[in-house]
Amino acid sequence: MTFTQTLLDGNKKSFRPNTLTPMQKLTLRFVIVGLVFYGFAAIEGMIMRLYQIEPFSLLGAKQYFGILTAHPLVGIFGSTYLLVFGAFLFLVPFLMKKPLWSFRLANWTLWLIGGGTLVFWLDGFISHYAPLYTLYWPLPADFDQFHPLSGAIFIAGIALIMVGTLFFVLNVFKTITYTPAGAERQPARALLASALGFTGMANLFRRKERRKAHLVDLPVAAIARGSVDTALNALVITFTGVLILVYMVAELFGTSLKDTAIDALLYKNWFWWGLDLIADGMVLIFVAGTWYLLAMLITGKPLFMQNIARAALLVELVVSWTVWSHHLMSDQAQPEFLKIISGEAVTAFELVTQGLAFFIVLATLWSARPLKMTNELKFLLGGMLGFALAVPAGIIQADLGLNRILHNTQWVIGPHVHVAILVGLTMTLYSAVYKLLPILTNGAKLYSQKLASFHFWAHLVGGVGMGAFMGMAGLKGMLRRTIYFDGEFLPYMILAAVSGALLLAAFAAFLFNIVMTVGLKGALGIFKRSDLDPKVLVPEG
Amino acid sequence: MVDSGTVLWGQAIAYTIYVIGAMTVVGWFAYRVTRAKEGGGVPPALFWAFFVILIVSGVALHIVSYNTIPWSPIDTHRAGMEADKTFAISVADHEFQLDGPLEIDCNDLVRFEVTSDDLTYGFGLFREDESMLFQMQVVPGHMNDVLWEFTKNGTYSIRSTEYSGPRGYQMVVEDAVRVTGCTAEA
Repeated sequence: MTFTQTLLDGNKKSFRPNTLTPMQKLTLRFVIVGLVFYGFAAIEGMIMRLYQIEPFSLLGAKQYFGILTAHPLVGIFGSTYLLVFGAFLFLVPFLMKKPLWSFRLANWTLWLIGGGTLVFWLDGFISHYAPLYTLYWPLPADFDQFHPLSGAIFIAGIALIMVGTLFFVLNVFKTITYTPAGAERQPARALLASALGFTGMANLFRRKERRKAHLVDLPVAAIARGSVDTALNALVITFTGVLILVYMVAELFGTSLKDTAIDALLYKNWFWWGLDLIADGMVLIFVAGTWYLLAMLITGKPLFMQNIARAALLVELVVSWTVWSHHLMSDQAQPEFLKIISGEAVTAFELVTQGLAFFIVLATLWSARPLKMTNELKFLLGGMLGFALAVPAGIIQADLGLNRILHNTQWVIGPHVHVAILVGLTMTLYSAVYKLLPILTNGAKLYSQKLASFHFWAHLVGGVGMGAFMGMAGLKGMLRRTIYFDGEFLPYMILAAVSGALLLAAFAAFLFNIVMTVGLKGALGIFKRSDLDPKVLVPEG
Repeated sequence: MVDSGTVLWGQAIAYTIYVIGAMTVVGWFAYRVTRAKEGGGVPPALFWAFFVILIVSGVALHIVSYNTIPWSPIDTHRAGMEADKTFAISVADHEFQLDGPLEIDCNDLVRFEVTSDDLTYGFGLFREDESMLFQMQVVPGHMNDVLWEFTKNGTYSIRSTEYSGPRGYQMVVEDAVRVTGCTAEA
């Protein structure tokens, strides 16, 4: 086949979109939209990397901070949420061996999150609404710096995402517990108890012969528990959004509400409690669940210490509800006991829960050696390395003494956040994409293994490198969320930008490889309606 | 007194050693997992040993840090400690309100009491080479105070360490604090 033929029809014409079920197409649509938003976030990140080397006149400070506000939200909601939700809406019915509860609701999830992301991104781009994702009170309602209408549109975009998120959570739990038409009645309560971990917890207090069997697989339990945090987080963000919206609407109607009516420290506690349900709950639980699933799929063996893994997921859920205060260790009015108990002690427990997940996955892989170093295995190991580097970096900054000299420096956002998200989370997601690609495309053949290998190495070196150079700048005093005009940290920022360029090149190679695998016609075919039964997950035979 | 710069050097060395170790373990594992099987699976005892190591590491970090980083106990007990000097600083409309450079004698225990009249800001002292001495958050409606012992001569700038909107990056006061009388230089 010529290059043009492959570009149009895909590698060896092995991808035929007309054979896909509606569920396969829907999942692939989640992946495509999620990857497009990943591209947005990567390009935005690169623009900011260049701006950190030398602020250029094309981009004013307002536009820069507008990008800084949109960048993490596009990355988390537009990209990660869609990739993760799409995969889980396919995997939960796949593992539960029954159709998704509502195909229509899953469609709504895709377009609400995709549409909402586009709304706040465009609003930030045009109006430069830039209170950052932290929204520290009363900044989002500071109408000397921002127009209330631009803020209201921004919040409306986020609200659409939260509605889509709640639809996802509802769909997950209903799929676990419902009885499909014509099937034997399924025990909804027992399924829910097993998914949330109550059965496992009760088993600890039962005699061996009276212990109840787990009704749902471990990865489904992980998805269910992560979804609890996802729902709580969506409620917190929605409540916060409504609160801010009240101020904006009042301002638009000519009434300035008193912003001192809301205590800034209480608000900060509330906000971080909610946000950490994602950062320290949902992400870690979903990631551990995905590692477990990938390890079982790669080895074809049961998980090492499966009961401990279940218990660790439950502990992680509880930890995620009590860990928020590590974001307030530099807030001197924050009670000291919260800093020590929630900020230091509970946070340190994440080293234990994530460390155990790391060990369990390695032990499972080890038991099945020799393994072939496939794309999914190498990306899985890359993702695990990412969290092995990023979690201790977070534990270090969640220390009373060290936080005094690390808070809001590039250390926090480099070795901790970017290594966790770009290396840990994203490489885990890539592992899932490479593993699920043949299942979702009915056996499409990957165009180039060399490109996949380049994708792996460029992403790993770029991600770790960027985090490392940002971290070095942070230790030298470079703050995040500010602009330096005199080249104060120039060598580090140049090296971080080179690493960022490597990440962008890795993504370009991956995207090209996927386009050449499915072809442009195939990619368009994914968005055409499937005539097959939406209740069928993959074609039979 | 151990300087914050020294603490950061120690942290950089410890974390670098850890990173090299973690990469080596994962690299070794990636190589060995593709090789033919020698021996059995992983004994549960190894798992429990790793579990204990994780707990000890998490707890030890904070105990060691509290007992070696000099400002940690000062910070925790600052409410009951008497300062040699106290500076009250207010922040409003993206500006620090200061009356000239703050003069500090060597080994003074100084309390900075910072209040905000509008937004959430940060308050950090930075050396002339831009490295950070310390920082804290400045939350409106609350008293934000930090107690710090100065043991080296130097001139420090004050910078807001928290994002407070697009105007926030301009919140820098050069040569805001001057420490004299020490034998060592910052």
